[in-house]
Amino acid sequence: MTKYEYKLYDKPAWCPGCGNYMIRTALKQALEELGLEPHQVVISSGIGQAAKMPHYIKVNGFNGLHGRALPPAIGIKLANKDLKVIVESGDGDSYGEGGNHFIHTIRYNIDIAHFVHDNQIYGLTKGQASPTTAMGQHTTLQFDGVKAEPLNPVALALTMGAGFVARGFSGDIPHLVNLMKEAIMYKGYALVDIFQPCVVWNKVNTFAWYKQRVYHLPDDYDYTNRKEAMKKAMEFGDKIPIGILYKVEKEPYEDRFDFIKNGPPLVDRELNPKDAEKLLRDFV
Amino acid sequence: MEYNILIGGEAGQGMDTIGNLLEKTLKRCGFYVFTYKDYMSRIRGGHNFNQVRFSDKPLYTHSPDLDIIFALNEETINLHNSRLKQDGIIICDNDIAKVKEVMHLPLVETSKKVQDMRVYTTAGLGAILKIFGLPLDIAEGVIRDEFSGKIAETNIQAVRAGYEMIGVRHKLETREDKNIIINGNQAVAMGAIAAGCKFYCGYPMTPSSGVLTFMASKSDEMGIMVQQVEDEVAALNMALGASYAGVRAMTGSSGGGFALMVEALSLAGMIETPVVVIDVQRPAPATGFPTRTEQADLRFLIHAGHGEFPRMVIALRDPEDAFYQTARAFNIAEKYQIPVLLMSDEYLSDYTVTIKPYDFGKVKIERYISGPEAVEGEEYKRFKITESGVSPRILPGKVEGQVVLVDSDEHDEWGHITESAEMRVAMVDKRMRKLEGLRQEIEEPWFIGKENPENLIVCWGSTYGAVREAVERLNGEGVSIGALVYGDIWPLPTKRLMELYPKVQKLIDIEQNATGQLDSLIKEKALIRCSHKILKYDGRAFSGVEIYNRLKEEVL
Repeated sequence: MTKYEYKLYDKPAWCPGCGNYMIRTALKQALEELGLEPHQVVISSGIGQAAKMPHYIKVNGFNGLHGRALPPAIGIKLANKDLKVIVESGDGDSYGEGGNHFIHTIRYNIDIAHFVHDNQIYGLTKGQASPTTAMGQHTTLQFDGVKAEPLNPVALALTMGAGFVARGFSGDIPHLVNLMKEAIMYKGYALVDIFQPCVVWNKVNTFAWYKQRVYHLPDDYDYTNRKEAMKKAMEFGDKIPIGILYKVEKEPYEDRFDFIKNGPPLVDRELNPKDAEKLLRDFV
Repeated sequence: MEYNILIGGEAGQGMDTIGNLLEKTLKRCGFYVFTYKDYMSRIRGGHNFNQVRFSDKPLYTHSPDLDIIFALNEETINLHNSRLKQDGIIICDNDIAKVKEVMHLPLVETSKKVQDMRVYTTAGLGAILKIFGLPLDIAEGVIRDEFSGKIAETNIQAVRAGYEMIGVRHKLETREDKNIIINGNQAVAMGAIAAGCKFYCGYPMTPSSGVLTFMASKSDEMGIMVQQVEDEVAALNMALGASYAGVRAMTGSSGGGFALMVEALSLAGMIETPVVVIDVQRPAPATGFPTRTEQADLRFLIHAGHGEFPRMVIALRDPEDAFYQTARAFNIAEKYQIPVLLMSDEYLSDYTVTIKPYDFGKVKIERYISGPEAVEGEEYKRFKITESGVSPRILPGKVEGQVVLVDSDEHDEWGHITESAEMRVAMVDKRMRKLEGLRQEIEEPWFIGKENPENLIVCWGSTYGAVREAVERLNGEGVSIGALVYGDIWPLPTKRLMELYPKVQKLIDIEQNATGQLDSLIKEKALIRCSHKILKYDGRAFSGVEIYNRLKEEVL
């Protein structure tokens, strides 16, 4: 048993062969290699199978509401900047129900690593289209095929000015471990969209489908070039690049507040009602 | 003595600035002041007014009868002339309203002389102070505190010029000033800051924005993280994240914004994470009357959220009460690990009143946070089943080797998702047991008026001031009447009402809504029925005079 194992009374609720297991393995390895202790890390998640991650890896966990994984993560980071904050959730949670929080969290550039388990389908509610399901794909709800264009999360993140945008594949654990480590250590908002085929509901984007298509970005790829990154972000078809599409240094949100940057975490500050007495000067 | 001054005009003409200077000057002259605001939901234009009432005795509400109208446009005179007392005065600039009983002053001309058109209202302030024979140096001090540099000096020239334009009508003596002047939104923010709130987030919505604004203005100085977030959904979820991580967190909105928070309110109930939320009510449904007042969210707040979980709802009665109750709300939220909802409304949020300075020594910060001693066995149980229903709370990152897991699904003692029927019952029972403790915390309503009265009013929140004024006036006329003014309203305290009720002949519900929500709550919780209801839902606040008149006409 590693330090990230809970004593579980039940087995994980994930299906046998689900990519979530591999993402969990990669995450544990990433945390271990970074030398982080369970109590130093928080996972915030929403609802869905991916969102159950905090139950299957022993770090602090805030398993909140559908689509709402990001706002609590921001609250947590601002309250205690010493914590490593990770968000784990699915494509429906992160891009559908939580779409508004997604775009605004990018604007903040707060120090959070956002790992999206993107299986291009709604698994837990049994096979409806997600925001990333391909146009025309038949599902248990979109009987005649999806009529809307899919959302491209990495392209969207790039246009919004995210400083760290990456794509991973749950079938390539060593590669994913490195992406996760980079994202966790990145000072600011880091998106890793992870292909995690749903073994039950998505008969199109299967492990085999991805295995045939994904390729590592070459070693000489310049991830500081936003134009190139956008080109790579749009590449989705016979060949799909995985790796860090874009990474530049940006001042993280919390450092833009002097009282946060230069003081102890908010949670450690002494509270004294008398400190507020001076504010009466506004009312005399 | 008592006087009432109305300053009216279009939005953007500076009523707030002049109202603020006038009320502060009158306060520093030692008077009790009450300023009522009436404004429209628009940026420029429309008709807005401020009514500054002042007296040598404490004031609790506004009054309809006017001694002075300072009109910034002709519409103001047409709209409010009927409320002017017989010996009242209307003052305005030369160019406005060529009606003969109006006192025309060369206000705009003065501002032209000092080359700043913005200051002609300040000249009006000078004229008003002269009418009461009040000294100019106090007003000049206020101006210097509010403005700086050239603008301050220009305003001072204007106030002096206005002072010369008119003669003394009522000579008043200044008195010693020991008070502060504050509105409800500022009072709530002050209470939160005193209580150690380190995280406040929200989405701007009238009339709640003042809380957000005041918190933001003190962010750097007091080390408070203040966030304007993308929507109210994010606001409460973010506050819960901050609270989970261990800081005192609060959010607020008005009815429509609170509606968006309801999903996360239910989450707070499930993850047993303390949070304070203020609903500054405005007339609804939907967008309603954005800048006006109502008390119609009571039933909504006590039931908000799907499912059953304990929460506390406290109605704020005036800016003094708002400060202490807000501070208290943080302690109760943490003690029981529940959401505490505060209720204010547009009237309370916007009126300013003189009160004695807050006693910060009275504010106690009680955190109820545990350390390693809370860990029994190998792993910490965030939702340990206890007799009180409250589990020891440790903070993430603060106890080595221990993690804190909270979950919106039904969960076991560790916070892990469960589908066990037995665990479900045990967890529901655990959460609901907090109500037992909470019942010990609730405070009975304030009683005002004659002891053991024949006529008893029940009311809540911001109607306190108007009801108090009406009751005192009726008591003065020998009427046996009293009032219970509810602050803690959920769970509903019933003891004091049950004691008084047997001797009561008429039980009168006074509320600013159309259905009598407190009356229905009393029926439900105390099995007592109000014999009369005095309701108002036109978006305008009750004054003491209005309640007095309606009691006379409809009840007594």
